Amino acid sequence: MTYGLPLEWIVAVRFLYEGRLQTVFIVVGIAIGVGVIVFMSAMLAGLENNILKRVLTTQAQIQVIATDQVARALRDPAQETEDATVQRPSQRVALIDQWQSIVQRLRDEPNITFVSPTTSGSMLAIRGEASRSITLVGIEPDTYFRIVKIPDYIVAGTARLTSESILVGVELAKDLGVRVGDKINVTSANGGQRVLTITGLLDFGNKGANQRSTYVALRTAQSVMGMIGGVTSLEVSLYDIYAAEDMARYIMAAHRVVAESWIKTNAQFYSAIQAQKATNTLIRLFVGLSVAFGIAAVLVVSVIQRSKEIGILRAMGTTRGQIIRLFLLQGGLLGFAGSMVGAVLGAGGLVYWHSVARQADGGELFPLMLEQQLFVYTAILATLTGLLAAMAPALRAAKLDPVVAIRG
Amino acid sequence: MADHLLRLDTISKVYNPGEPSQTEVLHGIDLTLDEGEFVAIMGPSGSGKSTLLNIIGLLDRPTGGKLFIGGQDTGLLDDAALTRLRGKSIGFVFQYHHLISAFTALENVMLPMVVDRGFPDAQCEMRARHLIDRVGLGKVAGHLATNMSGGQQQRIALARALVMTPQILLADEPTGNLDTQSADDVFALMREVNAKSRTCFIIVTHNMQMAERCDRIIEVVDGQIRHA
Repeated sequence: MTYGLPLEWIVAVRFLYEGRLQTVFIVVGIAIGVGVIVFMSAMLAGLENNILKRVLTTQAQIQVIATDQVARALRDPAQETEDATVQRPSQRVALIDQWQSIVQRLRDEPNITFVSPTTSGSMLAIRGEASRSITLVGIEPDTYFRIVKIPDYIVAGTARLTSESILVGVELAKDLGVRVGDKINVTSANGGQRVLTITGLLDFGNKGANQRSTYVALRTAQSVMGMIGGVTSLEVSLYDIYAAEDMARYIMAAHRVVAESWIKTNAQFYSAIQAQKATNTLIRLFVGLSVAFGIAAVLVVSVIQRSKEIGILRAMGTTRGQIIRLFLLQGGLLGFAGSMVGAVLGAGGLVYWHSVARQADGGELFPLMLEQQLFVYTAILATLTGLLAAMAPALRAAKLDPVVAIRG
Repeated sequence: MADHLLRLDTISKVYNPGEPSQTEVLHGIDLTLDEGEFVAIMGPSGSGKSTLLNIIGLLDRPTGGKLFIGGQDTGLLDDAALTRLRGKSIGFVFQYHHLISAFTALENVMLPMVVDRGFPDAQCEMRARHLIDRVGLGKVAGHLATNMSGGQQQRIALARALVMTPQILLADEPTGNLDTQSADDVFALMREVNAKSRTCFIIVTHNMQMAERCDRIIEVVDGQIRHA
């Protein structure tokens, strides 16, 4: 009868089995709740991941640039302003002062994964009669590709960059009538000029980006733009992408530069992610509460139904502690069983939804992210919810006077 | 003075003391019982017999006086110790048997030994089967309580009450809910067990015929013992 189990386990399992219709209903109720949590959490995590991937694989999490050039008002020795109208000067392409030492110090920061210097500016791409304005970005591929996943967007050729090669967007290639292996002439406003061979075509999924984006080796860009040894920005990636804004502030405080985080440059998108997270948390909270009240209601009824049996168990020598554990166990078992069924329901629903929900371009709406961790946490949370929900009924059962309970 | 199995010294019980609804149910009960006795407690409804039985069964505490079981003053024991003593020394048979419906007859009989946690599974089952055979229900040992007749359930309740070999067996109207034949069978069984063991049987009953078949009748009237 006992199979080595304590009394509480034996009686709890038997009570649940005897009231199996009631048990099945509450387990289904819990399973639906858990299923909703698993489905929503996994889907929203996938959506967030998808959107983040789209945003953060085409830009760095922090971009460090030189400070703006500003005009200062003239002051006389008495500290009085002589000229109150201060016009903002036009901004030249500014280089970051002492960028090598800044890079070194940033690489020593524990939350920073990679730092990559770049030199970029507006240029003209010419091929025969055709010419297009472009943004030429000079990069160090080894570090830059770890921050911005350029190789992922290559649709023809390779992402290999030498001093004589260039990667261009597919729209630009179409406009210029070129393909991989062809040469184009790149000319800067200050007269710098270079003939480069196209080694790869890029498709960012954005027409504007595909029309203007070009990538060359850092030294090539510096040479064409006449900025030998200089860089216009430092691209930074982090371990914790949500710490980008704090880190940007820290970089600005520590160095004489401007640091812009992806959170600031994508403020609307970031707000949407935060709102989505808050909504998900609220949904989980309310579903959890409804599950908890469902379990508590069933167990309160069970205490009333079984008051005589509780009285008999007490008369036999069962302690109040054992009675409490008996009902806590029922709550925990209901929560655990519900979480198992719910995890299967949620995962099944997610797999189905993933297969039918598509974006306008036919691509997947969200990546299928069924992480083991989510199931483990959900099972623990549902079991704990069951235990907590059973607390009030358990205490009520333990407080029953055996004489009154037996008399009914 | 040799210790009696059970000694009640001026036991009193007041419900809701100090409140307008205060009710004094027992007044200075003195009683001694020894091993192997088979006694009936009789009295009109509301006379305090069930309260007396609950106090003897350690399900309730008296508000005055002392209760000794095997020489031990139970007033000095905390709730946990009382629960242990109750589990080991006292068996209960109720009017409505109160078997646990989720368990089979055999499991119901084993239950007090499982609660005690002092016996291996095999020993629990062996002893329970022996008792079920003794009450003549070996063939229905695997049946759920709900699938048995009232008389059978009461026999199983008696087996359950005896499984821990209690010093005292308290039975509150044990045949009150049974037909005449079943009542006679259950009563005969109790007498037989009493004759073969040292267990003291205390039976609350309204049935004079049954009381007369006991060794001694204790009459409780208005919370006091009139004849003992």
